Amino acid sequence: MATMIDLPVVDQHGKRRPQSRWRVIDIVVASVIAVAVGLVYFSWNLIYSPASAPLQAALPGLQALVFGVWLIGGVLGGLVIRKPGAALYVSLVAATVSALLGSQWGLLTLESGLVQGLGAELVFLAFAYSNWRPIVALLAGAASGLALGINDLVLWFPGATPVFAVIYTSSAIISGAVIAGLGSWFLVRALAATGALSRFASGRQTTVDG
Amino acid sequence: MSTLTRLSGRPAVYRLNPVSKLAASAIISVTLVLSIDWVSAGVALGLQLVLFCWAGIGLRQFVRRTMPIWIAAFLGGFTILLYGRATGETYFQFLLIHISDGSIELAIATTLRMLAIALPAVVLFMSIDPTDLADGLAQIVRLPARFVLGALAGLRLVGLFAEDWRSLELARRARGIADHGRIRRFWGQAFALLVLSIRRGVKLSTAMEARGFGTPIRRTWARESRLRSADGVLVALAVVISATAVTVSVLTGNWNFIAVQS
Amino acid sequence: MSVGPVGVRIDARAWGWRHAGRSDWALRGINLTVLPGERVLLLGASGAGKSTLLHALAGVLGGDDDGEVDGELLVDGRVPERARGRVGLVLQDPDAQVILARVGDDVAFGCENLGVPRAQIWLRVRGALKAVGLDLPLDHPTTSLSGGQKQRLALAGVLAMQPGLLLLDEPTANLDLDGVGEVRAAVGAVVADTGATLVVIEHRVSIWRDLVDRIIVLAPGGAVLADGPPDRVIAEHGKALAASGVWVPGLPPAKPVRRPTSNATALLTTEALLTGRNARAIGDTPIKLELRRGRALAITGPNGSGKSTLALTLGGLLPPVAGTVSAAGLANGAADEPISWKSKELLTRIGTVFQDPEHQFVAATVRDELAVGPRALGLAEEEIEHRIAELAARLRLDALLAANPFTLSGGEKRRLSVATVLATRPPLVILDEPTFGQDSRTWRELVALLAELLDDGTSIVAITHDREFIAAIADRELRLGASPPVRRAQIEAAR
Repeated sequence: MATMIDLPVVDQHGKRRPQSRWRVIDIVVASVIAVAVGLVYFSWNLIYSPASAPLQAALPGLQALVFGVWLIGGVLGGLVIRKPGAALYVSLVAATVSALLGSQWGLLTLESGLVQGLGAELVFLAFAYSNWRPIVALLAGAASGLALGINDLVLWFPGATPVFAVIYTSSAIISGAVIAGLGSWFLVRALAATGALSRFASGRQTTVDG
Repeated sequence: MSTLTRLSGRPAVYRLNPVSKLAASAIISVTLVLSIDWVSAGVALGLQLVLFCWAGIGLRQFVRRTMPIWIAAFLGGFTILLYGRATGETYFQFLLIHISDGSIELAIATTLRMLAIALPAVVLFMSIDPTDLADGLAQIVRLPARFVLGALAGLRLVGLFAEDWRSLELARRARGIADHGRIRRFWGQAFALLVLSIRRGVKLSTAMEARGFGTPIRRTWARESRLRSADGVLVALAVVISATAVTVSVLTGNWNFIAVQS
Repeated sequence: MSVGPVGVRIDARAWGWRHAGRSDWALRGINLTVLPGERVLLLGASGAGKSTLLHALAGVLGGDDDGEVDGELLVDGRVPERARGRVGLVLQDPDAQVILARVGDDVAFGCENLGVPRAQIWLRVRGALKAVGLDLPLDHPTTSLSGGQKQRLALAGVLAMQPGLLLLDEPTANLDLDGVGEVRAAVGAVVADTGATLVVIEHRVSIWRDLVDRIIVLAPGGAVLADGPPDRVIAEHGKALAASGVWVPGLPPAKPVRRPTSNATALLTTEALLTGRNARAIGDTPIKLELRRGRALAITGPNGSGKSTLALTLGGLLPPVAGTVSAAGLANGAADEPISWKSKELLTRIGTVFQDPEHQFVAATVRDELAVGPRALGLAEEEIEHRIAELAARLRLDALLAANPFTLSGGEKRRLSVATVLATRPPLVILDEPTFGQDSRTWRELVALLAELLDDGTSIVAITHDREFIAAIADRELRLGASPPVRRAQIEAAR
């Protein structure tokens, strides 16, 4: 219950301390978002090849420029729920959903979700879960991209050349920052405008913290 | 969604505890991912294909559910074929494309590996009922019930997605904007679906709280999730397959640990 | 369920609530006492805070994150958050209360949360299902239940917790006549059996009038306006309540005067029409229809008889499974069959208003929403502005032009969805359940608007189960599927 918290709601400076315990609504809405994102992942699993093939043909490793779609979960989860673990949770559940629907990477999809979500989570943690400005979203997306790059190279492309590795990882970072980072930030703003997030801090936005 | 619904039937696969299915899939995935070589992947895949006959899924169902995996596995292999690390005799070279002995071998290994990891996962997960999985995760693995059940409730809202999506499509035709711009419309609809789902989720969480969910009261379980001997057999099989694959690979000298450059 | 709990007592002393981020209090200075076993009907205009009060009694308003509390609200002498299990809440949306996939599991959910031992749980589940009249196997999938069944399932889930206070927040608003009857009967039986305290919110008084022994009316801004036995409150405040949107028995909303046109040319005809989805027909009686200018057709029938599918087919959104839909009178240069028209061509010929207005929203502000149709037609900006202003005035949307469509109230959303269809002035308008769950004020306005359209020569088709609506507007009625429809494939198999 939200009323049973240990910390006082208002600290000595009169600012509201962010509640870190998840309410039921946090869990359910995070899950709903995760499922929706998981569906997007699943669809993207099916159609990413034609989208990335020309990039791959142009420069091997460049196909990672469209991989940011798989990184939306973590950043979006963190920005909407704004609690510790949100990015990781949404990323993990979204990966689980896409795995259940028949992802070609099986259980390792979960591992990807975990690692990528962790990337975003660490960025949000670094900002003490208090800063939700676009720049933080961008960094979170970039961190997820970095995690994706390293993860894929170790697990799926260990036989690749260093050139490929660099191109792949940089593309993943850029893709993460733009698609997952900025994209999620704008998405949350649009969602807040519809009033759907009125029971979340992200839906009752003031200019102060983005 | 049809892919999330369980195929009901007699075969033992449907009576196994979801947690043991997860464990079996995890064992295979983790072991096989440690190496890229066609021997371990091939042995594992062969043994799995034999066992699939006993899982009791029709060939048609199997092919339909696993088609994306087959496609992705071959595409992945093809990527490595063209751009993989070049060793041995070169067959074709153009800009960054470099087909060689090494890349051919790696390509085959990659394809078999993807298949060997993903196919059993799909077969096992096809027969999992989400509620039973939640029960298993909360009672056996002891994950926090609030999160497991909250996630399950959110997941269930997916069932309404399809119907909403159809209505959203038709509504756009009625609004006069369905003639062109498919992609933009797609994302617009996806956004609308997300809004509808979040609102439903908010109402659902209120309903759950009204039924006492999320309080510090110690919860009981109406459905007991238990591990039976069949579950032990499944996990043992997974261990055997993984062990056999690894052993054969090491003995034939093909083991290629991913962290070590060969 | 024969030995039920003693009813719960409610005490409110100067109680108030303010949602986080808002400056106005939803409720302020509420003083009331409800004795154990009393049955209360809570009335008031939209926005008067009735739902907020019910949510507070159930302890689900939230904590400091969600708003601010003033005064004291006690359920059996305790704060509602600590009385979970003593209070049961049933909400308005049947789909948003189904928690698990199987009937038995869903009903057992509340018991599990309260720590009831396993053997007892299933006893309670069976008892609860029996009490609400849901005679279904425990592993029946919850997704295949009708609206009325889902609401009764929610009620059963609440009953299994054996609460002393039953809170119902517009439980029948989204249901058809059959569903309303089912829920009303179930609640009546439960309350008689257990002696629990009951608080119901509904804007149709007639449904609950003979069950409740007290009516409380809340004013907007949240003070108690009236409180007493039903007859007295209705006699004293009946007119004011009717004006604010409550359906007061004996004070029906005014019906419009119709001036039918004489020029009733045929706009759309159907021949041997069979409708359905995915090439599977619903029902096997071919439909022959003729829709004329200035005339209104009501389509009625039980759940599953294919009303919505018929509406979508007439509207050119779904292809007919068999037979033809011919709109020679509307075609104006385009082909005969609406299904072959392009989306833009549909705009100026047939307008369809969906059952759920939210499905039709595509823009970020009300103004843009109204402009979507005219813009798709390529009209000049001045003309678009003119039409928006006209519609906004006619449908009382002027104050809302800058708002996001999703933030509107139920009645406002309904008006907006009708307005967007009217923006392109189609001669034929199809409405799917236009008066579903509306209060009497919105009902009155909608009916007046449709009467005006009819007098202007528009043809109207409405799917509805609202008999008053049919009496006020419809010239003819088409009744679908007298018995539950049987799909072709099933008939084949039965032979």
